[in-house]
Amino acid sequence: MTARVEDQPILLNASRFRAAHAADWERLEALVSRIEKRSLRAISDDDLLALPLLYRTTLSSLSVARETSLDRALITYLEQLCARAYFQVYGVPTSAARELGGFFARGWPGAVASLWRETLAMALITVAGAIAAYILVRSDPGWFYGVIPKGLAGGRDPSASIAALRATLYPHASDGLATFAAFLFGHNAQIAIFSFALGFALAVPTILLILYNGLMLGAMFAVFTPKGLGLSFAAWLSIHGTTELFAIIISGAAGMRIGTAIAFPGRADRMDAAIAAGRTAATAMIGAVVMLAVAGVLEGIGRQVVRTDGMRAAIGAAMLVGWLVYFYGLGRRRALAVRT
Amino acid sequence: MRWPFGPRRARAAGPDALRRTFITPEGVDLRLELGATGARIAAFALDVALILVILVVATLVIGWAAIATRSELLVILWLIGAFMLRNGWFVLFEMSGRGATPGKRAMGLRVVARDGARLTAGAVIARNALREIELFLPLSFLAAQTAQGTADAFLALFALAWSGIFLFFPLFNRDRLRAGDLVAGTWVIHAPGGKLAADIGPAPDRARRHFSDAALALYGVYELQTLEDVLRGGRPSAVATVAATIRRKANIADDGDDLGFLTDYYLALCARLESGLLVGRRRQNKFGN
Repeated sequence: MTARVEDQPILLNASRFRAAHAADWERLEALVSRIEKRSLRAISDDDLLALPLLYRTTLSSLSVARETSLDRALITYLEQLCARAYFQVYGVPTSAARELGGFFARGWPGAVASLWRETLAMALITVAGAIAAYILVRSDPGWFYGVIPKGLAGGRDPSASIAALRATLYPHASDGLATFAAFLFGHNAQIAIFSFALGFALAVPTILLILYNGLMLGAMFAVFTPKGLGLSFAAWLSIHGTTELFAIIISGAAGMRIGTAIAFPGRADRMDAAIAAGRTAATAMIGAVVMLAVAGVLEGIGRQVVRTDGMRAAIGAAMLVGWLVYFYGLGRRRALAVRT
Repeated sequence: MRWPFGPRRARAAGPDALRRTFITPEGVDLRLELGATGARIAAFALDVALILVILVVATLVIGWAAIATRSELLVILWLIGAFMLRNGWFVLFEMSGRGATPGKRAMGLRVVARDGARLTAGAVIARNALREIELFLPLSFLAAQTAQGTADAFLALFALAWSGIFLFFPLFNRDRLRAGDLVAGTWVIHAPGGKLAADIGPAPDRARRHFSDAALALYGVYELQTLEDVLRGGRPSAVATVAATIRRKANIADDGDDLGFLTDYYLALCARLESGLLVGRRRQNKFGN
């Protein structure tokens, strides 16, 4: 049946096509690989100008190859190369510095301002939790041990003497306070991220977490107030607490936004609502982590240096006013601009 | 022996199951391939292993230096560094131009926005922050269970099942989206940087075999591309099996050179099917269309 014949070699479309365009594809591949490994700035101006042209050439090669060639290796190669090039041409992230600048100037305050409803709800839940725990612990000190875990109380429980409580507010030794502040930052930031993520479970666990945070606050007040140290405790807490509690409330609000967007998407598609909420809320959440870092510095250094109630309260109040102006003064305009 | 794989079975669970239409602004469908579940698990395991190695090494170095210098600053550095390592590893790598952590890079995966737009910082942070409930929540319930014993076994079991919903989320949807992907509007695609495989060309100094029309009418595109895989794979047993099958079906005598025979047959069949394409006839497989 078979006979060997000497004639013109068969040239497949794929072979001719490879011969004509392979140089372009390889140049694009080299460029894309270089950008992926290093950055867009790693290639020369000539290459940068050639990139979109090479990308479109390769894309049209893909279209032609699909219609005229049966060489699967060629089509697979072109598909992968086009996909990689697409994300370098259309999906390039802006530089880290510009991204960071945009975050502080617009992204962060805008995201927090657009969460104002959720933030208000979370603040009310915190206050409600604090009042409830205060009343409970005042009526029966036994409740204290149900709210605050033993490790966290550190001797600050209803049975502690006034002197012992006063000593926790104005510690003499300052050893390890900075380390403790760094530890607290990591711990609190993880909780902030956690309460954001819990929002995905329709916001209910986030609300419980924030409520519990309020309960702890109220229980601690119920220990200090009857001993006449309520105001001192408030001042001790406020120097970093206004920033810290605000950050926790915002991360809770961010979680609530995701949960409510998934549960009640309104007129938007459920998927689109989740994405819009997720991106805004994530920006607010990462801002909350920054706030917690600030709170850590205030706690580790500020509280060591500043030892009078008045100054502590003043710094705490100034921080709160600063955040409010930053978020709702600067951010509200941004949020309105996004909505319209 | 039958032709290696039946076309129907391959269609059902084949590579097309993970292909997604993605039209570029130029109007070309890129047919993006989603990352397979196994590859994503492997990538994550690789990342976790890398993080742990870095953490252990850094802990040893910093611990040694802290004992030597008694510096509080080093302890703070470790605390902040550990936090950054746990939370920043995925975010910072995925925000880079490659859009992938080292683990994903090794598996040829990358994170992209589902709408094809720029991958924003907010999206990357959202998809990675949700790992808290996907992974660490089940883990913490497990830890609590082992710590408390069996008193709260039912509660822990319930909690584990509840958090398992998030862990196994990618298995419940068509696009293999994690909870984080869903909220961030991203997905993970498989886009490895492969080289262009060499052309299957005839050796120029060798005479080609000639095939009758009947011999070339046996197969379609599907069989041609399977033959291409066999030739590129170059496994002698597969080459021998396929060559024997084609010879038997086409009634061709064995001339002892399986690879040369298959290469020539491939070229002849490919040329014939390609000329069919030019006049709009695409023969999908050996059954016709």
